[in-house]
Amino acid sequence: MTLPLSFVFFVLLGLSVYFYYHAKSGIVRKAALLSDRTKALPSHYGQQSFLWAFIPSFLILLVLTIGGPNYIDQIFYNKIQELNPTFNESFVSLILAKVINVSNGKISTGEENIIMLAKDYKIAFEQLHFYRGLVVILCAALLGMIISYRQKPGSNAREQVEKFIVNIFFASAVIAIFTTVAIILSLFFEALRFFNLYNFFDFIFGLHWAPNVAIRTDQVAAEGSFGMIPVLLGTLLISFIAMCVAIPIGLFSAIYLAEFATPKIRDFVKPTLEILAGIPTVVYGYFAALTAAPFFREIGFSLGLDVSSESAIAAGAVMGIMIIPFISSLSDDVIRAVPQSLRDGSMGLGATKAETIYIVILPAAIPGLVGAVLLAVSRAIGETMIVVMAAGLSANLTVNPLESVTTVTVQIVSLLTGDTEFDDIKTLSAFGLGLGLFFFTLLLNIFALSISRRLAERYD
Amino acid sequence: MIRKSIQSRRARETRLKIYGITSICFALIMLATLLISIGLNGYSALQQAYFKVDISVNTEKFVDDSGAPDNNKMNLFNWDGLVQSALREFFPEVKDRDEKKELFAIISANAGYDLKEIIKKKALGSGSHTLSVWLHLSDDADQYLKGRLSIDIPEEDRRINNKQIAWVNSLVERDIAKLKFNKTFFTSADSREPESAGILGSVIGSALTLFVTIMFALPLAVMAAIYLEYFAKPGKITDFIEVNVNNLAAVPSIVFGLLGLSVFLSTFGLPRSAPLVGGLVLGLMTLPTIIIASRASIRSIPPSIREAALGLGASKMQAALHHVLPLATPGILTGTIIGMAQALGETAPLLMIGMVAFIIDIPTTFTSSATAMPVQIYMWSDSAERAFYERSSLAILFLVAFLISMNLLAVVLRKKFEKKW
Repeated sequence: MTLPLSFVFFVLLGLSVYFYYHAKSGIVRKAALLSDRTKALPSHYGQQSFLWAFIPSFLILLVLTIGGPNYIDQIFYNKIQELNPTFNESFVSLILAKVINVSNGKISTGEENIIMLAKDYKIAFEQLHFYRGLVVILCAALLGMIISYRQKPGSNAREQVEKFIVNIFFASAVIAIFTTVAIILSLFFEALRFFNLYNFFDFIFGLHWAPNVAIRTDQVAAEGSFGMIPVLLGTLLISFIAMCVAIPIGLFSAIYLAEFATPKIRDFVKPTLEILAGIPTVVYGYFAALTAAPFFREIGFSLGLDVSSESAIAAGAVMGIMIIPFISSLSDDVIRAVPQSLRDGSMGLGATKAETIYIVILPAAIPGLVGAVLLAVSRAIGETMIVVMAAGLSANLTVNPLESVTTVTVQIVSLLTGDTEFDDIKTLSAFGLGLGLFFFTLLLNIFALSISRRLAERYD
Repeated sequence: MIRKSIQSRRARETRLKIYGITSICFALIMLATLLISIGLNGYSALQQAYFKVDISVNTEKFVDDSGAPDNNKMNLFNWDGLVQSALREFFPEVKDRDEKKELFAIISANAGYDLKEIIKKKALGSGSHTLSVWLHLSDDADQYLKGRLSIDIPEEDRRINNKQIAWVNSLVERDIAKLKFNKTFFTSADSREPESAGILGSVIGSALTLFVTIMFALPLAVMAAIYLEYFAKPGKITDFIEVNVNNLAAVPSIVFGLLGLSVFLSTFGLPRSAPLVGGLVLGLMTLPTIIIASRASIRSIPPSIREAALGLGASKMQAALHHVLPLATPGILTGTIIGMAQALGETAPLLMIGMVAFIIDIPTTFTSSATAMPVQIYMWSDSAERAFYERSSLAILFLVAFLISMNLLAVVLRKKFEKKW
């Protein structure tokens, strides 16, 4: 008998709903017998039963569904290793993968041992599914019965239910912390494994990035070298070009929109700029690779310059366009947050509007503007698709915007897409880059947010 | 002297205005250039070159001994040969082996397979039938007919030679080949041949992924927002949560992909390329966006509502869930729509968890291999064939149109439910 996941889930849900109504009507009956009134609303008793029946069983279901298959894989892994103690790790994994595929019917093979193991594997899974269903449903039924037996009209179900719900709410808020911790831990441990294989200082200060590792151990090939300076320089170069486009245009747009534009123009331009912000980055990448890059190449050609077809300037310029609305809307908010009294004071002393902006408003808004620009820089550094599609793969140590450079994100993508082993030094080096990227953007973000907050506090 | 200084001060103001107007115009022109250039690239993918052949088949060949239809026999039948011989009837002069090869290159490499699928769908009765079907021409012939292959470059550098062009022209003159509405683009998944490639597979992949994202992120975000607004005691933990939420909103999306790769794939052992994993990763990514929007929406509800509820004896939880939350729903929905739009356009994290694979089947479950729309766009624009570029552009047009309408919906919702308290 098989009990598929969806079936178990719906039975669990049905049982929990049943206990809701059971407890709701049950408590009224109990109260009537005692000719008493319930302390909370009947529905609170129902909610209590529902939560008791549902939550623990659901957690069990989740754990078994995620952990169960891994556990079975581990058992079979050990089994294969016991049968053939001479095999090394990767070969055992290979056989295990074969067994799994045979048991799914994805491939067929003649080897008897594998077919036998595959049968056992399938049976193990059926057992897992069966017991998973059984345990979950029994647990829900049992807990539901216990709670409805224990509920007394005098017990304060509302308080208990609400306390429980607040805890659930707290848990969901804590997920934000967990996510950050998980990001740091996962990047950190993978990066640590990388630094076991590769010297940390060579990584930080190395001037040569060429992650080509020999595919076979006996192959004559250069050892991969992982010096991140050229990659970092490329990232900064492209971000710099992007900022050269985005900062002036974004700032001047924001100043115009906040100080000069009539409401009518504002109502048209703001949403339109937001469209620019809503366009997926892959579209900008497409535009950069297929329209902007040939365009810059043509221009360079007519000027007698040799522009690479994956030039940093094409990727940077398009990235700048992407970031314009980001800067303009953040700066617009910052400029409008400057109190009207400052404007009135300046105008009252006879300054023109431009003088008011240059001498009074911009200095007052500077912290917020710096914050906005820093957030934009962090975004440019972390931006992936534009550079993946329009920037190059080879890490040239250059600041010439006409040449092809590579970025941290491009390298992460190229190292991790494709079928590489998870323990490979190339794969691990991507996590090293990821860790660097994360901390760099994190610092920028924290700095930017704290600056903006200081401005907000100043005029509150 | 004063007049002079006033002049220069006014000039300064005019200059500032001009800078502002120029910047805005530049941004808007760039937006227009982007959309127009993609539109010009993509509109032609709405049409596809087809040719018409008369095929005679005897369905008795495809039944087993008991007379029931046998798929195996159908799959083994030489459909390519059938199409090719039908095509040769138009050009009886083609005899040479190499020439025949060139002739067959003007029709789709999948023509035989498509014919089989058409016949299967028609479920013909037993006996022999003659029917005329429209099949795809090859992508090169298609691009030639749309005028996208320039014939000025030397023949050796072209993907289609003069002889093939003459054949295609002759088919067009005889009204056997023409451009028709490209239905395949909307009804099939990816393919190696541009003429058989469509977006349906990636659209469904995106839909499955977004479903997981919204089921994961929305409840968690709303619960977290209510907690932070009404139940959190001011203190270190609450501050730390807030700092984390704000920072996560600005973490590069590719980092979430790395997180998904090392936690969901290698620690939990969830399947690669699955919408389930993609949805979870995008859910973690959009969670802070929705939390921030939900908090703003909850905060905009006047405290008097909550105080009235509390004053009448409601508990804090009842005040929050029964009174504040319903009023805050439009704002939360707006934030959710914006978050979902962001998730729908996101590519980089999906590349990390393997949703970049070449997948011919339309995904059916949350754990089957799938790809998403932006990833499909990325893969197509990376291909060598010219015909994939226009498909990529058309897919972009649909994606952008969908995203803009999502954002407009958010704006309309905000306007409609915006209340002045």
